[in-house]
Amino acid sequence: MTTDRIEKKTLLRAPLDRVWQAIADSSQFGEWFCLRADGPFVAGEKLRCTIVPTDDDSELAGEHNEYAGVEFDVWVEEILPKRRLSFRWIPYSVDEDADPENELTTLVTFELEEQADGVLLTITESGFDQIPVERRAKAFSANDEGWTHQIHNIEIYVARD
Amino acid sequence: MLRATEAAPQAPENPARLFAALGDENRLRLVDQLCEGGPMSASRLTSGLSISRQAVTKHLLRLEGAGLVRSRRRGRERLWQIEPPRLDEAQRYLEMISAQWDTAIERLRGFVEG
Repeated sequence: MTTDRIEKKTLLRAPLDRVWQAIADSSQFGEWFCLRADGPFVAGEKLRCTIVPTDDDSELAGEHNEYAGVEFDVWVEEILPKRRLSFRWIPYSVDEDADPENELTTLVTFELEEQADGVLLTITESGFDQIPVERRAKAFSANDEGWTHQIHNIEIYVARD
Repeated sequence: MLRATEAAPQAPENPARLFAALGDENRLRLVDQLCEGGPMSASRLTSGLSISRQAVTKHLLRLEGAGLVRSRRRGRERLWQIEPPRLDEAQRYLEMISAQWDTAIERLRGFVEG
């Protein structure tokens, strides 16, 4: 079973420029991701991000807002205009036990592909397998594929009773 | 938003311990085998892995400590089996975390399409 990466694909019905700006402009990124970055995304540079409260009133938002003010780092890897942006971060960096200096990171990549009716966005987060066991245990949880298999097994098990 | 809901109220108790127990290839295999094959002894579980029976027992005890498996005696044998409620709990927790990316994507969609 694959435990190393998560992949999400979605079609956004908006112009390529618009989608690219929403991702590559760190202040726009912060608007939908609910964070405040202390500078622009620049390849090879580190940004300090602060979680900011969201104004939507969903249940998740309430939980999110409890973390307002928590800071974490983002290391920008690559910027290929209108095509790809990638950065590294520590998965679940809100964990107070995490030591930012000694933690391994996962690589998050946003890839854009222009299509007739919008932009196909692929988000991948990879590198979970390199994360030490205790950390990976949490990171692993975000993996879809591994768990689809695991959940299938549980269903078989439960159905048999 | 993504990384903020880890300690959400509906999360199982001590999820770190639960996932630490699952965060090992051998222990995942043991869970797999017990899910697929039903209750079985440590010896039988060992035959499917490339580690010693002692190591298998150690992993089983760790899984038991996290509430993922339990054991009972049958004659001279100790049989290990999955504890489904705990795994269901893990499943719910996982779905919640996986949903965080989806939530972020929907916010992005609202942002660029709106």
